[in-house]
Amino acid sequence: MKPTSMQWRDLVSESVAGLASRPLRTLLTVLGTVLGIAALVSTVGIAQTAGNRIIGTFDALQATSVVVTNESSWSGDAAVAFPSDSEDRLIRLNGVEAVGTLGSVNVGSDLVSAVKLDDPLGRYEFQISVLAASPGLLDAVKGELRMGRWFDVGHEERADDVVILGPGAASQLNIFRVDQQPVVFIGDKPFVVMGIIRDVDRQPQLLDAVIMPEATARKHYGYAGATTVQIDVSLGAGDLIAEQAPVALNPNDPTVYRVQKPPSVDSLRNRVEGEINSLFIILGGVSLLVGAIGIANVTLVSVLERVGEIGLRRAFGARRRHIAGQFLLESTTMGIIGGIIGATIGILVVVGLSAIRQWTPVLAPWIPFGAPLLGAVTGLLAGVFPSLRAASLEPVEALRSGT
Amino acid sequence: MAGTTLLQATGLRPAPLSPVLHLSGIGRTFLSGDTEVPALTDIDLTVTRGEYVSVVGPSGSGKSTLLHILGLLDRPTTGSYLFEGNEVADLDEASRTAIRGRRIGFVFQSFHLLSHRTVLENVTMAMLYTEVKRDVRVERARAALDAVGLTHRIEFPASRLSGGERQRVAIARAIVSGPSLVLADEPTGNLDSVTSESILGIFDSLRRSGQTIVMITHDASIAAHADRRVSLKDGRLQLEAAR
Repeated sequence: MKPTSMQWRDLVSESVAGLASRPLRTLLTVLGTVLGIAALVSTVGIAQTAGNRIIGTFDALQATSVVVTNESSWSGDAAVAFPSDSEDRLIRLNGVEAVGTLGSVNVGSDLVSAVKLDDPLGRYEFQISVLAASPGLLDAVKGELRMGRWFDVGHEERADDVVILGPGAASQLNIFRVDQQPVVFIGDKPFVVMGIIRDVDRQPQLLDAVIMPEATARKHYGYAGATTVQIDVSLGAGDLIAEQAPVALNPNDPTVYRVQKPPSVDSLRNRVEGEINSLFIILGGVSLLVGAIGIANVTLVSVLERVGEIGLRRAFGARRRHIAGQFLLESTTMGIIGGIIGATIGILVVVGLSAIRQWTPVLAPWIPFGAPLLGAVTGLLAGVFPSLRAASLEPVEALRSGT
Repeated sequence: MAGTTLLQATGLRPAPLSPVLHLSGIGRTFLSGDTEVPALTDIDLTVTRGEYVSVVGPSGSGKSTLLHILGLLDRPTTGSYLFEGNEVADLDEASRTAIRGRRIGFVFQSFHLLSHRTVLENVTMAMLYTEVKRDVRVERARAALDAVGLTHRIEFPASRLSGGERQRVAIARAIVSGPSLVLADEPTGNLDSVTSESILGIFDSLRRSGQTIVMITHDASIAAHADRRVSLKDGRLQLEAAR
């Protein structure tokens, strides 16, 4: 005689009916999985949201700065100077917001002073670093002046004897105003102070330095050229500009320069997510495990309670696999229900938290779909042992137990 | 004997047809520790189509073991069991399950209904594994419930039925697949005498419609409803009291 069989539709409806006949117990059983999945979803969601948020705050500084230097490599090759029109070459690139060049000026043993006195103790003379900068540097370092102005192309072309003071240098030299055109001396040479910096976001060595136009440095000290090019790029253009800038500066051999590019947005986000995730995913995993044990436990209890039903089904022609399938599907369905409820709660937590913090909730699209799947796998694994137990019951024994 | 008058009045005797089941030399022993305990010894029994046979015996006589073997729920240790002409004593589990599901209907002392499911669902469940289409299942279940007089209870949950109604549902469930054999295990054991009579009346009408029935009971007065009585004592068949 042809073996008995069971249609999928019947298997599903029998399993659902089995769960629906004890709704309260089913819900309580599912609770463990709900908590596990909710913890996982909200963890991943909060990590993604926070990762996105942190990118937002770091963007302004980190992600928009590209620095090219001509420091000689460890192998000892001679440094290749930047061309004097570096600024013009780079500002043309799409994605560059501002460019400035910077280099230190070798003033020998000359000290900087504000008043020229014959003081053998040299109490009015200070060793302050002297830097040469291009007109665009202030914007490129996102700097701000406390007073006066930054030099422009005119000063550069005329090689005027002017300087800008960093705030540290200004306080050392006791210069707090520029409206009366104070003068500082580097060695014996006088320079008019035309501005004092309040702050810079990049290249902090500017804060303690005396800064002059590059042409001025070239005229007095034989300044060879900038050693650093600071580029302010628009958000997301970091990788592209980091690639293009050396080529624009030295088309023959772009590899002579070293480029510091911003951490790519993706890698930064991954790092942040990774740190938040690892802890909470363990937490969510543990609660999911507890949920699975709960499902296994209740399914096993349910098998023991329904021994009579199992015997009855065997008498109707159910094979062992049909019995196993029914209980397996019941536990899997509990897992799916837990996954759906858990994912819903998790998403609500992410959205709620974002609303309170006025963040933009960010959630990868695979999460709301993956969570029920994870729940299903949990339920499936949890159901294996109870199902095998149910299937192994002998019909005679099962019928004898009554009900 | 009052319940048998109807049968006698009809004057119907089963024609000697092909046997539904034929046991020869069936024995079943159980292992208790290291010792073998015989539950059934050397049983020979033939039930022909349309026959209503009762097996009577005190508790511990092996009635249940015999029922389990007849219902292919258990295997005999020795002997031959022909079910509808086919040897089933040494069949594999899947084939035994298939015969059980398609050809045998069970009625139990404790009803074995699923209390959370409706009357209709309890009856259609008997056809769950035998490839009967859903709408056909409902159709047949309604007919079977009609036959036991429960049409008005179809959507009731089984838990809200009286004992007699439950056993009627169980009978409807046993006959819904059109089995060649209905096995009843103390079907009135949990019922009062009035309800018992009505249940026995249903079996009588099943018998009249040609259904082969084997009923197991410890109560001789209930066994008297059957065409033929078989006594079981200490695992052996006693004289067959044909009426």
